[in-house]
Amino acid sequence: MSQVTDEMSEPNESLDPLNLTSIQKKLEQAKGSGYWRSLDELASKDGFQEFLHREFPRQASEWIDDEGRRNFLKIMGASLALAGLSACTKQPTEYITPYVEAPEQLVPGKPLFYATAFPISGIANPVLVETHEFRPTKVEGNPEHPASMGAADVPTQASILGLYDPDRLQSVNFIGEIRSYTSFLENFIGILGSQKAKNGAGIRILTETVTSPSLGAQMQDALKAYPAMKWYQWEPTGHGRRMGAQLAFGQFLNATYKFDQAEVVLSIDSNFLGNGPGGVKYARDFVSKRAVRGGVRTQCRYYAVETTPTATGVKADHRRPIKPSEVTGFVRALAGAVSGQAGQAASGLAGTPFFASLVKDLQSAKGKSIVIAGEDQSPEVHAVVHYINQALGNNGTTVVLTPSLEQKPVDQFADLQALVQDLNSGAVDTLLILGGNPVFNAPPELNLRGAIQKAKTRIRLGVHEDETAEVCQWILPEAHPFEAWSDVPAYDGTISIIQPLIDPLYGGKSVHDLLAAFTETPEISSFQVVRQYWQAKQGGADFETFWRHSVHDGLIKGSAPAPVSATAKLIAPVAAPAGETTGYEISFHADPYILDGRFANNGWLQELPRPISRLTWDNAVIVSPKTAKELGVSDEDRVAIDYNGHSAWGSIWQIPGQPDGAIALTMGYGRTRVGRAGNGAGFDVYPLRAAASPYFARGAKVRKLGETFRLAAVQHHFAMEGRNPVHAGTLDEFKNDPYFSEKLSELPPKGLTILPQTFKYEGYAWGMAIDLTSCVGCNACVVACQAENNIAVVGKEQVLNTREMHWIRIDRYYRGESDNPQTFFQPVACTHCEDAPCEVVCPVAATETDAEGLNNMVYNRCVGTRYCSNNCPYKVRRFNFLLYTDWDTESVKLQRNPDVTVRSRGVMEKCSYCVQRINYAKITAEKQDRKVQDGEIVPACAATCPTQAIMFGDLNDPKSRVSAWKRETLNYSLLAELNTRPRTTYLADIRNPNPELTGTEKDS
Amino acid sequence: MSQIFKPSANQLSRMSIVIGIVVLGGLGGALFELIADSTYATRQGDAREQPIPFSHAHHVGSMGIDCRYCHTSVENSDWSVIPPTKTCMNCHSQIWVGSETLEPVRQSFRTNQSIKWTKVYDLPDYVYFNHSIHVKKGVGCETCHGRIDEQALTWQQPSLQMRWCLDCHRAPEKYLRPRDQITTMGYEPSEPQEVVGARLVKEYHVQKLDNCWTCHR
Repeated sequence: MSQVTDEMSEPNESLDPLNLTSIQKKLEQAKGSGYWRSLDELASKDGFQEFLHREFPRQASEWIDDEGRRNFLKIMGASLALAGLSACTKQPTEYITPYVEAPEQLVPGKPLFYATAFPISGIANPVLVETHEFRPTKVEGNPEHPASMGAADVPTQASILGLYDPDRLQSVNFIGEIRSYTSFLENFIGILGSQKAKNGAGIRILTETVTSPSLGAQMQDALKAYPAMKWYQWEPTGHGRRMGAQLAFGQFLNATYKFDQAEVVLSIDSNFLGNGPGGVKYARDFVSKRAVRGGVRTQCRYYAVETTPTATGVKADHRRPIKPSEVTGFVRALAGAVSGQAGQAASGLAGTPFFASLVKDLQSAKGKSIVIAGEDQSPEVHAVVHYINQALGNNGTTVVLTPSLEQKPVDQFADLQALVQDLNSGAVDTLLILGGNPVFNAPPELNLRGAIQKAKTRIRLGVHEDETAEVCQWILPEAHPFEAWSDVPAYDGTISIIQPLIDPLYGGKSVHDLLAAFTETPEISSFQVVRQYWQAKQGGADFETFWRHSVHDGLIKGSAPAPVSATAKLIAPVAAPAGETTGYEISFHADPYILDGRFANNGWLQELPRPISRLTWDNAVIVSPKTAKELGVSDEDRVAIDYNGHSAWGSIWQIPGQPDGAIALTMGYGRTRVGRAGNGAGFDVYPLRAAASPYFARGAKVRKLGETFRLAAVQHHFAMEGRNPVHAGTLDEFKNDPYFSEKLSELPPKGLTILPQTFKYEGYAWGMAIDLTSCVGCNACVVACQAENNIAVVGKEQVLNTREMHWIRIDRYYRGESDNPQTFFQPVACTHCEDAPCEVVCPVAATETDAEGLNNMVYNRCVGTRYCSNNCPYKVRRFNFLLYTDWDTESVKLQRNPDVTVRSRGVMEKCSYCVQRINYAKITAEKQDRKVQDGEIVPACAATCPTQAIMFGDLNDPKSRVSAWKRETLNYSLLAELNTRPRTTYLADIRNPNPELTGTEKDS
Repeated sequence: MSQIFKPSANQLSRMSIVIGIVVLGGLGGALFELIADSTYATRQGDAREQPIPFSHAHHVGSMGIDCRYCHTSVENSDWSVIPPTKTCMNCHSQIWVGSETLEPVRQSFRTNQSIKWTKVYDLPDYVYFNHSIHVKKGVGCETCHGRIDEQALTWQQPSLQMRWCLDCHRAPEKYLRPRDQITTMGYEPSEPQEVVGARLVKEYHVQKLDNCWTCHR
């Protein structure tokens, strides 16, 4: 027995790299659906089947904590003895501390929602923040704001945990000593006084990208008072977009896109459906051209060309992997083709049928197409793409150009280099680093860490005591955006006033507060700064009305800048940096969730599986299976990547659809001084990212280190093996046979069940439908659910044991070629079966279907047998193997939703359809003597979904939207053959491939 | 010398083990039930000490102040709400201004520190009770809180055990009263309760909600 277990215990060791030929063979022979989840599954790696067949992975039920088994038994013995005694104890006495004077508007027990915005890289994500007795607990999108429409992306959803991050800097420090902010101000004003004579020549300010109008004005005032002072900006991402517009138009412009008017879309490495400026709005608009419900039988056509697979790219009708170095050639060839100019360099993809069809489609949709380049692409690519859009007549129709949203748009690489020069020349007496984390994310050759230390006084305003704070003397805690006033534009320039929702937890200050000192008004608050700015700008007698409306609504109406017209020129090729052209190419990408590393200490974001790689808690060296074979490595083998005299060490992770010979690296990991969640997670790739080649680099060497480093990937967890879970087809198939999806499942007769079918669901019958065409795999629902339902973070070790607690998971399935497969997303949560297999096996009746069809999970009955999970075909039940919930950290407790039980160890849990929201709506309706209206109950996942792919409502109401969805012929039940009659059903994934491209080549 | 233990002793000893376990187990179980159901464990009828000996008997019984003067959100929130100090001071800034007993109230008002009241009706954390819907459906204050107009120090009237909740959730007609009688103390139905109750169940659309997730979630 032990031998067998041992053999199976390490399925990832002692294995050959994947055998590609055998995979291809398997694919050819694949019968039925041909869906697969990973390369391991395709190859049927040893241990893979066994992994699947175990309900819980090996050791999942073993006690492998430090405590040890023996200790555990001792504790258990004691607690058994105490269990008898517990009946003799009373509930501990609790107290009520009412207000002294009740605040206006507050009804204790009822949440209040405040409009504000969460800025990321200076772009507002408009939100409503739910507060319970003025304690912020949950973020929702702001339905009145055009950039949100009620939805929020992943980092915005997780921002609430950032507020309560226990590792935030909690005091003003001066070289390790705790000081007061007043003592800092005294000191600082002294410095300013001594600089006054020099006009501030010795002062340098380094900020992140500044878009706030009031902050910009404050900065100008400060520069007026100290004309020789210099202000620099630096953020590691966003250069391509900023400088690309400058290159093409000769001025800094902001491009926004109207996906709801685009018939043909080409994404070049863009993650426009994910997070990023306008991501939520773009996803909504894009899906409005894709969803085929309610009799709509048209779809836009969507092409993607990618240097690494992203959630956005894999939704394409046709997707092609492309090496990073070939992107410029590709866009130039495209520019030549659409503008009729010859002589542009041809790339590998130009000349393929794919390219011809793409050009044909784009040209047939002039003025109704969009070509969009990604955040991680170079200015040159962006500039050429602007030109392509112009040649296609899109500028002014689907592409809207407005003046830049930044207060001082600059080449930030040049800015940072200028700062380093200043520092090295000894010209800097006082350096203020306000926000950001330049020491961590600056190009390595600048040696910013060393340069900073040449400034005499180094002042740092930051959220954490991080890598940058390490080399500074004065360290000031920065206020979270939910703790201070500011103003910030959304992607389209509409300004939101940011209002604080709670007093700064740790006395944090905003950049506004700090800059106030420059204008000899150090006592002025951020509130006054922002309000006075808008008073001066707006003026008028009814400023008060304007102000109150703007703060209340979360946006200043009509503040979006007017479009400008500009002519893009086709820029001359930018010389590639000299250096080796052999070896591997590496491309740098911001992590989809922790971005450039700024959210590295957010446990929700760390544990959220990346949409494609399905990795948590780590980044990896992403290669294609072919490249891995070439290198002689397999998943989780540790390698070193050498480039430009620097090295980074990471684990190999193979992803089908990654271009061969190219390695994708994710920035933001490898933080060393951020906090309990971020420290030591992943590896730092910034040392490889030189200022000369920040987008991709050629000539990287890969060294095998001969060791493995486990990655916590969730792609095999909770698998519903080989049972045709995804239904997908093309638009043409759908038009020819509207019932094709139904035919894919085997439907047993309704009465074929051992369970009595006597119960009639009168009254409400709650149900859900999920449109797979609309789902873009962004994971916003998962983190929204986590915030709403007090779901614990378990940590990497536990994820490796398949113990993650998310109530929703987004399964990612592949179909077709192993080098560029079609990819599908499927969100799966408890389906609330009417004939629930979990129910009949529970010995203590801890899970029961109620009169409205909800599968009730009763925590206080659950004794933890886990039979229910064993018997659940959808694998949606999660068990608290250990005490995952943090009962000790005070600040984290503040985040919890008071309407949902906080679970302890030994209890099963699962999706409840947000029963707290159902009950709230029912009580509200009952009090008004009416029924719950359609749309009144929106579960957390559906509320935040940028594409509205999740619909919830009453199935007994034929007029409800969810009923309409379920009447669609695309509607199907997951594992329908089991006859569990799930209340959650799916609408098949429909795509619109170009008929010209079918069969001509490897299709994707 | 005859045998001390006859062969039947083996049987007896075996039986005694079984009987012993059954008896001990039974006794233990009975003891458990006794203690769990006792007013000692449930705190039923336990008048709790408070920082200020606030008397409902005086304020409700003698003065006739309506429940909702202080418990303002009983009709629209989960909680009926313990009133803020300001509510006390509405009257007590005028009357009994020198009272020693009321010093904690004035101190709270002066120092902006909450009065720390002891919770009398303390439901477990996994129970989500909503006052407003009960009031709306015709459950009187008295039904759960008893004759509050006769309680000098407030005590916990019912056991607050789940079976007590379910008594009403399964047969609401036994307890409902007209909405205009919600705050009445010592309410007597004008007709037999079965008649009134059955009528009100229909009129107020009262459901028999005994799903787990009605209260637990």
